[in-house]
Amino acid sequence: MTPGQPVRFFQVGSFAAGNRLLAPEMRTVQSDATRANSLTSGHRACQGCGEALGARYVLDTAMRATGGRLIAVNATGCLEVFTTPYPETSWRVPWLHSLFANAASVATGVAATLDAQGRNEVRVLAQAGDGGTVDIGFAALSGLFERNDDVLYVCYDNQAYMNTGVQRSGATPPAARTATTEALGPEPGNPFGQGKNLPLIAMAHNIPYVATATVAELHDLEAKVLKAMTMHGARYLHVLVPCPLGWGSAPAATIELARLAKESGLFAVFEAERGEVTASSSIRHQVPVEAYLRPQSRYRHLFDDTGAVLRPDIVGRLQALADANIARFDLLKSAS
Amino acid sequence: MLRQIEGSQAVARVVAACRPQVVCAYPITPQTHIVEAIGAMVKSGELPGCRFINVESEFSALSVAIGASATGARAYTATASQGLLFMMEALYNAAGLGLPIVMTLANRAVGAPINIWNDHSDAMAARDAGWIQLFAESNQEAADLHAQAFRLAEEVSLPVMVCMDGFVLTHAVERVDVVTREQIDAFLPPYEPRQVLDPSAPVTIGAMVGPEAFEEVRYLDHARHLDALGSIEAIAEEFAEVVGRPCGGLLSPYRTQDAELIVVALGSVLGTIHEVVDEARDRGARVGALGITTFRPFPLDAVRDALGGDARLLVVEKAFSSGFGGVLSTDIAMAVEGAPSRISTVVGGLGGRAITETSLRRVIDDALEGRLERLEFLDLDRGAVEAELARMAANRRSGPVAENMLRSLSASARRTGGGRP
Amino acid sequence: MTLSQFQVRFHGRGGQGVVTAAELLSVAAFYEGRYSQAFPTFGSERAGAPVAAFCRIADRQIRTRSPVSRPDAVVVGDATLLHSGDLFAGLGTDGYVLVNTSGGIDRPALDRRLAELQTERIAALPATELALRHLGRPVPNAVLLGGLAALCDVVSLASVQRAIAERFTGPLGAANQAAAAEAYAMVAHPAELSGASPD
Ligand SMILES: Cc1ncc(C[n+]2csc(CCOP(=O)(O)OP(=O)(O)O)c2C)c(N)n1
Ligand code: SF4
Ligand SMILES: [Mg+2]
Repeated sequence: MTPGQPVRFFQVGSFAAGNRLLAPEMRTVQSDATRANSLTSGHRACQGCGEALGARYVLDTAMRATGGRLIAVNATGCLEVFTTPYPETSWRVPWLHSLFANAASVATGVAATLDAQGRNEVRVLAQAGDGGTVDIGFAALSGLFERNDDVLYVCYDNQAYMNTGVQRSGATPPAARTATTEALGPEPGNPFGQGKNLPLIAMAHNIPYVATATVAELHDLEAKVLKAMTMHGARYLHVLVPCPLGWGSAPAATIELARLAKESGLFAVFEAERGEVTASSSIRHQVPVEAYLRPQSRYRHLFDDTGAVLRPDIVGRLQALADANIARFDLLKSAS
Repeated sequence: MLRQIEGSQAVARVVAACRPQVVCAYPITPQTHIVEAIGAMVKSGELPGCRFINVESEFSALSVAIGASATGARAYTATASQGLLFMMEALYNAAGLGLPIVMTLANRAVGAPINIWNDHSDAMAARDAGWIQLFAESNQEAADLHAQAFRLAEEVSLPVMVCMDGFVLTHAVERVDVVTREQIDAFLPPYEPRQVLDPSAPVTIGAMVGPEAFEEVRYLDHARHLDALGSIEAIAEEFAEVVGRPCGGLLSPYRTQDAELIVVALGSVLGTIHEVVDEARDRGARVGALGITTFRPFPLDAVRDALGGDARLLVVEKAFSSGFGGVLSTDIAMAVEGAPSRISTVVGGLGGRAITETSLRRVIDDALEGRLERLEFLDLDRGAVEAELARMAANRRSGPVAENMLRSLSASARRTGGGRP
Repeated sequence: MTLSQFQVRFHGRGGQGVVTAAELLSVAAFYEGRYSQAFPTFGSERAGAPVAAFCRIADRQIRTRSPVSRPDAVVVGDATLLHSGDLFAGLGTDGYVLVNTSGGIDRPALDRRLAELQTERIAALPATELALRHLGRPVPNAVLLGGLAALCDVVSLASVQRAIAERFTGPLGAANQAAAAEAYAMVAHPAELSGASPD
């Protein structure tokens, strides 16, 4: 511990090394008393909001990487709404919200101006929810990728339109109940579609950097932001952020669910450069998908009151999706 | 069937009773409850033969409806505010193609600043898009107007937008007599398209039209709108016969006979206005109200008849055109041509600010006394506005207006020890 | 207002169900053949944020749409709200107040308007405790309605129970009904039960 630094305790996932045990230079940005606090307390997110956590980690790390020279552009969504009704505005970075569909293009405009004015030391970060990214903002984002504009775009994926009361998005997983995919009829919840995997679509644009992460692994998430900020051009970071309201989970279960999503193979954590996967995080203790699904009431219709599987057919299909991810990203290789 | 029901649920039931074949949805507050309810009905098998499509933007929602309608489906969607503006190009297109799509607009303010509450700026932004626009005064009317909207749209081959005040109506739980499927079947014939994509009789829908015929095609739109005025009245009458209660039509006059002041408005604020009118009448003041149920096509002649005489006119509007003034008032002035000097416009209820009886009472008194300016803003916080204007005059980089305004309001709330409601 | 109208304002926190409470009250009044109207103040609020909801009950059609500014009764779903904002704005001296708290209510310290109210028109109800006991969840909406029915007699307990049964099916409905009945008894006969004295 460096002299003068107060002793602080941090809640960490069971597989993560506590900051106190690490050499100072290996500790997280979040554990640093001098971090930017880009998204300060007082905002109105629900208890246990994964998006609030994710944004805080990402922004503070980007602030560290840029020495505080950062401009953030935000799409409409929970993150924008719960952080801004003044006097509770929680942002301590220059921050612009325009519309729901246009965050990527607005960010391009900010980046172009910085370039035109020769202020290239100021960097640009755009952020949006999954709906704002994979659905309504998709065309603008693809344009940003295709032009390779100098923006780090971060998607906080809570797998539905949460701000408007939990409706299905293109990133909602199959079988999940939402307000527009009720747990009714023979195929309850969101139908099994083709899926819309935005990290893979981003990779198809051959942009310099694509990565996925979860709020369960803070070191990993911060490392990816730091790495992205060493690069220029279009970079895409996709962070899984559980939402207690929309997932029907306990506020205290947010980190655990993010971890189970990865450990079950349903959410692959990996990095890619110029369209090629360069690294993936191995599953450390594989769990069946049921372990991840059961604590979430959006999957309640798959289980009976005792927690026994009621719909083995659907759970089986979800397990098959996890298995396909595991094979595709080689997630069961021994931990490196 | 008489129920105590949320406005959105009542509308969803009526839309379902009209047996749409394609319903497209994209979430936006305060419209979500309607399409969510229809989605659940489709999923549970209650609405066989209907496809419910969760799209990825409002632009797609209306575009799906366009494709569906052109292929012969009864198509429905709903939106509000930013969503309506995001579909704007498709909005003009659906009207220009003459496709009888029905849409609920849960009226909400348009940003920036972003605001999820009720006013009429969204409907006014689409005023010239070629859609028929009907405004509901209550949830009973909102529900009934949807049944009439399908009938009307299909009869005149134009899209119809039923405007109901977001939250104020969509989220209010009140007594609604919800039309039954049997009543709908007696009132709404199966959809018989004027044009349809059909391999057995191919047509070209959406052909390019140059200067040689564009004006004529446009004029035909106008002619159909004017025709629709007659259809709207006839359909309202027939609805009353089948269902047994009056609803819809062009206008809803209230105690206008012998009035020396007539308050003109759109939508749910009319309920509150009627209360205040009754109070004024009890005091002996000759006040009446006129609700504009059909805003597009604008019933110029009917309005002229209703507002004839020399009553002063007080137009209460939940939207305005920056740099100009009232929107509805312009139309009213046109109807009572020659006498615009008797019109005052009061803009209020913006972004969800409640239009209270107290404030209405005050402007009505002012209007009766001839104390109103031509354009006034109801309950405007002059102090806050002056302070910001001064700040802007004093300082080039005065910052974002919205943030400044909130900062100064919260500072004054702290000084007085209370918050704004 | 030309005809008598009973207006209730509910204050609570997102997730407590005060919007549902206002709605169920309106449904109960509807069952009794009255006209009623319920609506929330809709914020873009997240769980835990202050919310308000309104209910008007009358013998004729209710036309006004403005928020209730002169309530006949104020229901406070969360005692932590008591010191924030002006919860009792517009409440007359013949008004009713129901507060969800397991403690008592220090009337004058809270609000001078409460000091002027008749003692039997103020009730403290441990609604969250009751909800937890009956439902296993801290959602006190039905409980508050049971208490309100006892306090001001504007709707009967039977109508409240019917509205609850219609809204919540199965075991949840039964549990909510039981909770509402217990709340009714507590407020109707405060002396016979401990912990629910109004002062
Ligand atoms: C054009 C337009 N359509 C719809 C909306 C309504 N809207 C605002 S936020 C939102 C959902 C946001 O979902 P997501 O991007 O996943 O973010 P989350 O709230 O889940 O974090 C929607 C539908 C809007 N503001 N603008
Ligand atoms: S709804 Fe979900 S994403 Fe939105 S603030 Fe609550 S927990 Fe966060
Ligand atoms: Mg989302």
